[in-house]
Amino acid sequence: MLRVARGFVSTDASAQEVVQDTWLVVIRGLAGFEGRSSLRTWVFRILVNIAKTRGVKEQQTIPLSAVAADEDTGPTVDPSRFRDPGDPEWPRHWTPAGMPRRWDTDPEAEVIRSEIRDLVSAAVGALPPRQREVVVLRDVQGFDSGEVCELLRMTAENQRVLLHRGRAKVRAALEVYYAREIA
Amino acid sequence: MSGERGWEIDCIDLVELVTGYLEGALDEERRITIEAHLQLCDGCQTYVEQIRETVRVLGHLPLHAAQDLPDEVRRQLLAAFRAERPR
Repeated sequence: MLRVARGFVSTDASAQEVVQDTWLVVIRGLAGFEGRSSLRTWVFRILVNIAKTRGVKEQQTIPLSAVAADEDTGPTVDPSRFRDPGDPEWPRHWTPAGMPRRWDTDPEAEVIRSEIRDLVSAAVGALPPRQREVVVLRDVQGFDSGEVCELLRMTAENQRVLLHRGRAKVRAALEVYYAREIA
Repeated sequence: MSGERGWEIDCIDLVELVTGYLEGALDEERRITIEAHLQLCDGCQTYVEQIRETVRVLGHLPLHAAQDLPDEVRRQLLAAFRAERPR
């Protein structure tokens, strides 16, 4: 919940207050919960509403330039890893050096190494807020795309773009980790 | 032939369609082209596998509210909860 809240507000302390306020609203409202959605969706909807309201207030004091980054466009993989469009053989395909190297993973392992968990947590924390919200709700919390669109009031297309960009950055962080492991 | 079909898309474009592909959001034509490409191209195959692995690791991050909450916040919440409870 903290991770989701942190996507909307500017400080950890503020996110903690959002989570706390959410539980208070949940506790007060539990008797009136009608069971039209799952309890989990209902709690998260309250969280997102509180966090958004608070985030909007905070943003009024943050300079616009800090908010309006063009983080949602442009390539997600460094273009220098691909051959030029004019390449006589394989235009716009991976260069030998740019081609992703296989990772030494254990896909069956139920327990992820704590080192990797910490790294991925940090990578998620470093994502731009909107990407972080979507990645956390979809991939960490396990909501489906319909639920996330509803919670964040966005289109399926927008959600997919944000998820795509967020996942690509987390992958890039893992790639750096595994490259070091091999070296 | 699937060989030619696979080269209808370039790697640099495929990497931007991975999420649409994994989400099942692409039209049939696109999906078939991508699958044909993945049969031919080690680099893209590895890339897609790595995105899948990334999603798997994300799914294993701890998510329980209790683990998210610092002790002090948890204490305050419990206090608030007790105060709210009808006697």
